[in-house]
Amino acid sequence: MSFFVGSNMYAGYGASMILNGCDIAVDKGKIAVIVGPNGAGKSTAMKALFGMLPLQKGSVFMDATDITTLRPEQRVIQGMGYVPQINNVFPSMTVLENLEMGGFVRRDDLSDTISDIFDLFPILKTKQNQPAGELSGGQRQQVAVARALMTQPKILMLDEPTAGVSPIVMDELFDRIIDIAKTGVAIIMVEQNAKQALQIADTGYVLVQGENKFNDTGAALLANAEVRQAFLGG
Amino acid sequence: MIDVANAITLLANYIIVPSLAYGSQLALGALGITLVYAVLRFSNFAHGEMMSFGTMIAILMVWLFQSIGISIAPLPTALIALPFSIITTIFLLLILDKFVFRYYQSQRVQPVTFMIVSVGVMFFLAGFIRFIIGTSKKNFADGERFIIKASEFKQMTGLAEGLSIRTTQAITVIATLILVTAIFWFLNKTRMGKSMRAFSDNEDLALLSGIKPERVIIVTWMLVGALAAVAGTLYGLDKGYKPFVYLQLVLPIFAAAIVGGVGNPIGAVIGGYVIAFSEAFITFAYKRFLTYLLPDEWAPDGLVQLLSTEYKFAVSFVLLVIVLLVRPTGLFRGKTL
Amino acid sequence: MKLSITNSSKQTIFLFLCMGAALLFVGFFQSWNLMLAILNLCLISAIMALGVNLQWGYAGLFNAGIMGFAALGGLAAMLVSKSPIAGAWQAGGMGVLLGLVVLIITGILVYLIWTRYAHKGRVRFWYVVIIAVAGYVFSRYFLDPAILRIEAFEPSSSGYLGGAGLPVLFSWIIGGILAASVAFFIGKITLGLRSDYLAIATLGISEIVIFIFKNEDWLTRGVKNVTGIPRPVPYEIDLQSTLWFQDTTQLIGLDLIQTSSIFVKLCYTGLFLSVLLALLWLCQRALNSPWGRMMRAIRDNETAASAMGKNVTSSHLQIFVIGSAIVGIAGAMLVTLDGQFNPSVYHPLRFTFLIWVMVIVGGSGNNFGAILGGFIVWFFWIEAETIGNMLVYILTLPLAEGSAIKNHFINTAPQLRLLIMGLVLLLFLRFSPRGLIPERTPHK
Repeated sequence: MSFFVGSNMYAGYGASMILNGCDIAVDKGKIAVIVGPNGAGKSTAMKALFGMLPLQKGSVFMDATDITTLRPEQRVIQGMGYVPQINNVFPSMTVLENLEMGGFVRRDDLSDTISDIFDLFPILKTKQNQPAGELSGGQRQQVAVARALMTQPKILMLDEPTAGVSPIVMDELFDRIIDIAKTGVAIIMVEQNAKQALQIADTGYVLVQGENKFNDTGAALLANAEVRQAFLGG
Repeated sequence: MIDVANAITLLANYIIVPSLAYGSQLALGALGITLVYAVLRFSNFAHGEMMSFGTMIAILMVWLFQSIGISIAPLPTALIALPFSIITTIFLLLILDKFVFRYYQSQRVQPVTFMIVSVGVMFFLAGFIRFIIGTSKKNFADGERFIIKASEFKQMTGLAEGLSIRTTQAITVIATLILVTAIFWFLNKTRMGKSMRAFSDNEDLALLSGIKPERVIIVTWMLVGALAAVAGTLYGLDKGYKPFVYLQLVLPIFAAAIVGGVGNPIGAVIGGYVIAFSEAFITFAYKRFLTYLLPDEWAPDGLVQLLSTEYKFAVSFVLLVIVLLVRPTGLFRGKTL
Repeated sequence: MKLSITNSSKQTIFLFLCMGAALLFVGFFQSWNLMLAILNLCLISAIMALGVNLQWGYAGLFNAGIMGFAALGGLAAMLVSKSPIAGAWQAGGMGVLLGLVVLIITGILVYLIWTRYAHKGRVRFWYVVIIAVAGYVFSRYFLDPAILRIEAFEPSSSGYLGGAGLPVLFSWIIGGILAASVAFFIGKITLGLRSDYLAIATLGISEIVIFIFKNEDWLTRGVKNVTGIPRPVPYEIDLQSTLWFQDTTQLIGLDLIQTSSIFVKLCYTGLFLSVLLALLWLCQRALNSPWGRMMRAIRDNETAASAMGKNVTSSHLQIFVIGSAIVGIAGAMLVTLDGQFNPSVYHPLRFTFLIWVMVIVGGSGNNFGAILGGFIVWFFWIEAETIGNMLVYILTLPLAEGSAIKNHFINTAPQLRLLIMGLVLLLFLRFSPRGLIPERTPHK
């Protein structure tokens, strides 16, 4: 069994089911990427994995422990980090304060973690006393990721981290994400930029109507003609 | 040269000193309203009555101290009554939070529903306060009345114009300075204060970060209670306590908060002074001031007053309207929905 | 569905019958005079509640300035009905008119510059400020001396310009128009901004209206009050000396003085009731028209409504103006009933927030609910004084007769009705937020 597993997940809003038995799994130090057409349930899968949407069937395991019933803030304490797609920083607070709030549940000294994060995102160190709302889109995404890293999570979930940023910034963000994975963090990521994302993925999931349509290594999916044809624009 | 000194003294005596005091009271009030807005996201119509409640407690304590002979003359007894007033007001707000506001918080109702709830609280408190202390005007400032008397100032400087500074005015400004500094320190430097700002900034992300909303809300009400008690008591000390005035006071306080930028604490404080000084400048009769400065033949006949003093409250309203039209987010960008 | 509507109609009828029974109770056990006095004010309150219900129940607008609109209506009643004071007009009428013309021209100029020169940015703002201040100062050049002369003219009996000397019933319409125009101005500025701005702006304007009425003696006589506003109904004294009235009362065997007073009150009741019924009919028509459906659609989902091409702001403006006009009409009726215009009686708790309690208790969104709320809340507002006194009496029983504390609480007992109203509002908001007669939602 992988380090983090969501198995046979069924979830939805009211009567309409969006996830219909979807499986996601990732190991420490690996990157899992979820791609798929609009409305396939990618963001819903993330919410379900993080406990923001209750599962009607199925379960979520971390480190072989069942965490299906934990609330999101409890999962944060257990070692999960989550970066929402929008509204993912505290705009009127400085970068440094954003990081402090990210580590709010920790009672110990945050300074080591902060300096680690500044090593990872050097630009944030120079901007640490600026309000996050005044930063550029790419820098704000970095703050968002950095905030989630403050709890030193064992698994980091990113909901479309590159939405609305330029291709250059996107490449840089992906590089950072690879760096984070190298430190032993498991990463699950939803991406619109499927091709680029699959290039850095250890595992890729193609979701269609809330079900796993394809599931393979990133490279294999990129090589799969059917996947290319249907989901990667040829 | 003497004329210029006289003119400046005149302004200081009739505009600067009173407006600093009044502005401080408004600033504290606006800070309270803005904190409620920032964290709980509604316009609290009951804030005036919360201030009134704090003042009432202070007055009752002053009477108690006076009757048993405790005093800190030359300072007003109200200063030692203030801690009791703060604690009682905080206690009241926590009760209101628990039995009234909390329910709507959990239902996530619209801000306008919250506003009507605050009207209910206002009604209730207004009745309670008037039942306990009555409706007549009460002066509870004791101790030394003046720091500088106008006549002393004239003697000291030899000017024709006098400058008087009342003890209550000085206390108001100093207390405001201390309280505002403390609150800003709390909001910017402490873990709890930062989590309040985070909650105000982005509620969902604050929840994700493990910030507990109940804690934030309780601390907010505690700060608001302290602010309301101090603002109300200082206002009553300075101008005399009359329960229904506190209902009218809500208007300039809202104006201050909006002019500064609703939900923005710095804006609220600045807004308080902006409102107070504009009221004074616009309703001041410049006749004597101009007589000092202009050559004799230009001296004005009329009062040279833009608006009579009765319309002080109208000034805050006009400012409010101008800000709404020109810059709805306020001088310091506040929240807009 | 049909069944549920009949059920709710039954409930409506039942509640109104209860209200009627309560009034009859007062008639039989206290006095018919008192009962009619309460009933007349119930009717006026119901009209105000109807106006506020349009704004809140149909459109979700929070008007915290009902007091101001009611006072504007009251001013209209006074200005329409009192005879003009020739001496005062001679003394300063011209100056006041000139001053007002200057103010109006300034207003138009400001508006034109503001709307036409939007592209000028910051410069526009200062143009507007300069023109506004200059126009204002210029108007004061005419106004100040004229006002002094007017207020100096027989200050003990007049000291103001008087009115138009028309029948007071006209003022009910004029009052509505006056309130509507002020509402238009406020709505233009604040509707479309965040929802609480409307509340704060209306609260502000209502306070300012009262300040103006208290201080502009040339217009309103200020706190010296205007008394003796002509009535639309006969005077008791005249009735008592009228033959047919004397004969009739004698025939039935009633007390002449009491009957004349009851007769006058009944005349008012008739007038008020017809206004209320007319307005209710109009409001019901409006509610069930496409316009009313659109309003509720906007209230329930502003985004969706505006996405469907409904102009939210202008719809809100319409209903805000109409609702305020109704409050203005009620305000004029109130002053007509009192026979005097006294700016000092307008307190926000009584004239703004009490009306809110009526709408919420009665059932926002339902016209019958608003009317019922007006009746019940006014009834209890009067009777709460009795309840408060009783409560204080019981609570202070252990205290010695004549003790200072006991006397104090007996004096402040009337304030308890504020507390009771606050409690009622909070309890309804919490446990019955849709009110006694909830809005009918056939689609749910």
